[in-house]
Amino acid sequence: MANTQAMCSSFLGELMTATHNFTTSTGNSFKAALYLASATVNASTTAYSSSNEVTGTNYVAGGVTVTNGTSPLSSNTSTTAGVGYWTPSASITYTNVTLTTAFDAVLIYNSSASNKAVSVHTFGSQTVTAGTFTLTMPSNTTSTALLRLATT
Amino acid sequence: MALVNTTKGEMDEALLEKKEGFVDNDDEYTTWVEYWLDGELVHRSVHVQLKKSVVLSGSTASFE
Repeated sequence: MANTQAMCSSFLGELMTATHNFTTSTGNSFKAALYLASATVNASTTAYSSSNEVTGTNYVAGGVTVTNGTSPLSSNTSTTAGVGYWTPSASITYTNVTLTTAFDAVLIYNSSASNKAVSVHTFGSQTVTAGTFTLTMPSNTTSTALLRLATT
Repeated sequence: MALVNTTKGEMDEALLEKKEGFVDNDDEYTTWVEYWLDGELVHRSVHVQLKKSVVLSGSTASFE
């Protein structure tokens, strides 16, 4: 089994039912949970589950809250195309944790909407020992934002 | 004296062996730091810089 970076398919449909609100302050709360390298989180993931989530000292099941200081932005790239995009406004940090079983993925999910899944992001397999695991976000631009909805 | 959080509590960095490394590819730029005491790993921190977006490519149907 393996984890695969993806925007969750269920999230795509839920965009059309206004299930998710990324507006800063007044919008939903989003969380980030880490998953073992032996897990299978991918486009088919529909919601947060503790199955195959990392466990360890000072890691709380469900992960940490994502800082959302910037509402989604959008930009036209032509008369017929454009992009909407969003990126957490701060790094996602797990402080003073010990996670001895290898992990390689983070699931972003909406903790205000029945923990519905948003996206999966993968990285090289890691462990942490009495230390800090930090995920720094890409720049929040039309071409690099963490989540991008684009038409061409 | 710099203190490092370890499995044995805070320790003076000077008493520990420090190892560092990084991975740089299309997906991530990752750095890690380890501290060892007498052959035992007592601290490991990791910093991952994500490089890739996840992208939804949308389209609209035409009546033409």
